[in-house]
Amino acid sequence: MQYRKLKLEVAVHNFQYTRAKNAAGAIAELSKNPAAKLVAGGTNLIDLMKYGVMAPDRLVDINRLSYNAIQKESGVLSIGATVTNSVAAANEMVLQYQPLLSQAMLAGASPQLRNKATMGGNLLQRTRCPYFYDISEPCNKREPGTGCGALKGYNRMHAIFGASDACIAVNPSDMNVALVALDASVQVTGPKGKRNIPIAEFHRLPGKHPELDNTLDRREVITGLLIPDNAFSKHTTYLKVRDRASYAFALISVAVALEMEETTEGTTIKEVHLAMGGVAHKPWRLTAAEQLLKGKKATVENFKMAAELAMQGAKSYGHNDFKLKLAPNSIVQALKTASGIKA
Amino acid sequence: MGKKHLENADMAKAISRVDGRAKVTGAAKYAAEVQLQDLTYAVLVGSTIAQGIITKIDTQKAEWAPGVIAVISHLNTPGVPEYKLQNQDVIQKQLRVFDDANIYYNGQPVAVVIADTLERAQYGASLVSVTYKKEQHVSNLEDNLSRAVVPKKAKADPRGFTSDFVRGKAGAYLDAEVQVVEEYIQPSEVHHPMELHSIIASWEGNDKLTLVDKTQGSQQTQASIAKSFQLKPENVKVVATYVGGAFGSALRVWPHEIVAILAAKKVQKPVKLVLSRGQMSYMVGYRPYTLQKVSLGASKDGKLVGISHESYGKTSMYEEFTENVLQMTRMMYDVPNIDTKYRIVPLNVSTPAPMRGPGEATGSFALECAMDELSYKLNMDPIALRLVNYAGQDPDKLLPWSSNYLKDCYRLGAEKIGWNNRKAEAGTVQEGEWKVGYGVATGTFGAFRSAATIKATYKADGTLLLQSAIADIGPGTGTAMTSIAAENLGIDPSLITFQLGNSSFPKAPMQGGSNSVATVGSAVVAACTNLKVELAKRAAKQKQEWNNAVPANIQLKGNELVNSDDTASKVKLVSLFTEGGLTELVIEGSAAQGDERNKYSFYSYSVHFIEAHVHELTGVVRIKNAVSVVDCGTIVSPKTARSQLMGGIVGGIGMALMEEAVIDDRTGRTINASFGDYHVPVNADIPQMEMLFVNEKDPYLNPMGSKGLGEVVIIGVAPAVANAVYNATGKRIRHLPITPDKLI
Ligand SMILES: Cc1cc2nc3c(=O)[nH]c(=O)nc-3n(C[C@H](O)[C@H](O)[C@H](O)COP(=O)(O)OP(=O)(O)OC[C@H]3O[C@@H](n4cnc5c(N)ncnc54)[C@H](O)[C@@H]3O)c2cc1C
Repeated sequence: MQYRKLKLEVAVHNFQYTRAKNAAGAIAELSKNPAAKLVAGGTNLIDLMKYGVMAPDRLVDINRLSYNAIQKESGVLSIGATVTNSVAAANEMVLQYQPLLSQAMLAGASPQLRNKATMGGNLLQRTRCPYFYDISEPCNKREPGTGCGALKGYNRMHAIFGASDACIAVNPSDMNVALVALDASVQVTGPKGKRNIPIAEFHRLPGKHPELDNTLDRREVITGLLIPDNAFSKHTTYLKVRDRASYAFALISVAVALEMEETTEGTTIKEVHLAMGGVAHKPWRLTAAEQLLKGKKATVENFKMAAELAMQGAKSYGHNDFKLKLAPNSIVQALKTASGIKA
Repeated sequence: MGKKHLENADMAKAISRVDGRAKVTGAAKYAAEVQLQDLTYAVLVGSTIAQGIITKIDTQKAEWAPGVIAVISHLNTPGVPEYKLQNQDVIQKQLRVFDDANIYYNGQPVAVVIADTLERAQYGASLVSVTYKKEQHVSNLEDNLSRAVVPKKAKADPRGFTSDFVRGKAGAYLDAEVQVVEEYIQPSEVHHPMELHSIIASWEGNDKLTLVDKTQGSQQTQASIAKSFQLKPENVKVVATYVGGAFGSALRVWPHEIVAILAAKKVQKPVKLVLSRGQMSYMVGYRPYTLQKVSLGASKDGKLVGISHESYGKTSMYEEFTENVLQMTRMMYDVPNIDTKYRIVPLNVSTPAPMRGPGEATGSFALECAMDELSYKLNMDPIALRLVNYAGQDPDKLLPWSSNYLKDCYRLGAEKIGWNNRKAEAGTVQEGEWKVGYGVATGTFGAFRSAATIKATYKADGTLLLQSAIADIGPGTGTAMTSIAAENLGIDPSLITFQLGNSSFPKAPMQGGSNSVATVGSAVVAACTNLKVELAKRAAKQKQEWNNAVPANIQLKGNELVNSDDTASKVKLVSLFTEGGLTELVIEGSAAQGDERNKYSFYSYSVHFIEAHVHELTGVVRIKNAVSVVDCGTIVSPKTARSQLMGGIVGGIGMALMEEAVIDDRTGRTINASFGDYHVPVNADIPQMEMLFVNEKDPYLNPMGSKGLGEVVIIGVAPAVANAVYNATGKRIRHLPITPDKLI
């Protein structure tokens, strides 16, 4: 049998580099050249270029665009797209109004990487599926139609929700999980003008088109993130379960934001937002579990019921069977930590 | 015992690494950093199938790419002369580089692209297109146990650790009152030293070759390359001044080194070849995936009746790799009945290599977990169980130990970690959401020495230059040798320079198997002794009392030669140079193994104590405290010894909790061939550690009283962690690494 011609050795292909002066310039570059890509911190894109996974022929540097502010206006915290994860995580307004976001960002990567990684780049970081990264393996996300290497392969890190036969990869971001729990939206500008995309609609499920990670138009530029005020700041937790204490992607992560209330019945949950990472092609909001918990007493019993509900419809692929247990355990643990309820 | 042992707090006065400043400032140049004129760059192309034949290699695009000078494959290789001389089967041979179209493992080098810059070589390599006829391959050990074979070398050494062996009665554990019968799995681990494997090859004419190379043995690489390329050994020069870790991965010549030499021949220019981090998973060995079956039998009082131990390890299709997995089982405990069986399974993988604590680290994981399991069945303290079975002499060789302070190791470590806090019943201690447990395990590694020579150049200005071909892959050999010489001569360490890592320097063994201090240190002592004798001879011309001076009493104090027996006889050191108008004295000293191995059995020992916390819901393991105690004879260089032990504990924690090279058996490719995906511990994984040394002299191995340290520090750490996790949770994980998924 003749084997498909595959390559092991990978290299960065020649590309041009240009620095965008403003958003319009960047949009123009993207519009006239379908093989152009924006580059921010470069920690994901350059990596993928070195592995031969992506080969843009023109890089448009957006680091000097003026999307580097963090502001609080009329009940909304806005963070510019080129603000680095380090700066945002340490920002006083972020810590005060949206501590969950800071916690999630600090759980990601390493300090060195966070110093380069931007808010926009983090939103768009691609999956870490090993079959996506190894260009000698089949991957529908990298090369549509070649098949999914992970489906019957080593899929320990892979999805348990919302996957398809075409792709079982997960979104690897920690930041995105917090953003989903916080009902953030993504500000973008493009050839057709500006729009805000609710974060829940920003990332996609793979379906038949795993090559598409999100709903952003190829010519659009992310300008910032908007996070509405909430009453969660006292009871938030980002729990990340991983194979080593730092610098590892999540096996499972859980973002919890609670608003607690003392009633005659005891400590009850007035409002709750829950999201999970490491389980799907997009950050996974646990709506049913939220509904169950809302107005209930904060007890471990209720947390367990919510976790069980959250797991409905989960499906594993062999190496990731453990997630069916680790995920609900982690939900319970994160709720315990956020609420301070021990029993 | 008084307080002779060394603890963390005793390190302050010890001398620091002699090359520490050069290393942290970047002044130390590693192979890949060396720049030569006209240097060209080579990038390897690896196969993407695991078994089959190359049917076509299309190199045209690569050859036309900018900057590309040549593309070499089996179709146009200049050839390795040795391959033509011997007509051996490919089995039992190292991989023959570019010799034919056969593929034996995924990632095997099939071509190399040489260009004027690294980036152009990389780009060129990405353009080489290889077509294969793919054949069925096998890479999974458990699925292929039927292919297991007795290694050929076992026949040549029937008493060796790879031969089937019986002492007393086979299967005697079956008669015992209490039994443990379990299987343990050590996955493949990649060495992944910080420094990538790198080489610069440059030819001078057709018969002279210089290599700047990452190697653990400059002279061994010299000999191996001289043989491959049929050159006079003296015409091959190997330089390895700095080596950034190796852990066993640079103990032999690998295909990429042969490729660089072939490439330099082809392009008639020096060639630099640096493996990528990904290629490190395919090209330079690994600790082999090994399945072990351990059966222990003991009487109710804990006395071992019998041990049966089998080991099945991966090897490649073209070469048999073996290691001493079963050595510890045969000598560690006083057991009347032992039987061992060692098998290897040839698969479509590259050849493994010794990795820190080779064999013994794998073997001790199984044996020391099984001992722990036995302790619970007996309801006996794991330390008490080991003490009941303590072997007063080597039960395998029936020789007395040269020295053995294991009992001190158990005692010192138990005190330090607070062993009393351990609850005998597993899974009973809880601190908040964390389950708490303690574990202990033992390690041992043979202590050796071989032959070495030191050239000493003593100058009239009081400085001393010592030279040896030995490599320093990180333990601080130069520092240890400087300490030995300074102590012996009585001079300040700052006056001594130790040069190493060059095949032109005097004879030394490879840096592997924990014998550098024992071997080269002995030669340093010999050279220092010879120097003192020579100085005394010269001094005797001024004051004849020096004729009777005993070297042990002679010291070079300040600017004078002093005889501790007779203070009156001091002579000025400078005055000893006047005769013959010399500015320096050049002296050699050699040392080699004597007949000590016929009389004594030599081993170093380590005992590791771990306090582990395991999260009740997420299965996350945090090591809270680690205490290790080592009996490796006299410590000649406390700071670097401590660093070695620290590194061993960290490596052992990695082995226990996260290291695993995962192969997709459908392709034979490594799934986690990057530093992002192949996990080694980060700082946040590493706890408070206490490094203790018994620091008692071994009287028989060498003049310093030292035994080996480099390997024994990691042996036994992983089972100590596994045992602590069991004590915390009641869950016995027999398949490393112990990741959260296995504990929930
Ligand atoms: C070894 C390693 C470990 C890591 N571990 C973690 C982890 O544990 N958790 C985690 O969450 N992340 C982790 N990361 C990922 C890291 O967070 C991302 O690489 C980073 O956030 C990407 O940001 P960047 O600015 O560097 O993006 P870039 O690499 O510059 O860009 C990424 C993508 O976003 C696009 N882009 C960037 N900015 C914009 C914009 N304004 N508008 C439109 N498109 C844009 C680019 O075109 C590109 O396609 C890790 C990364 C590495 C290398």
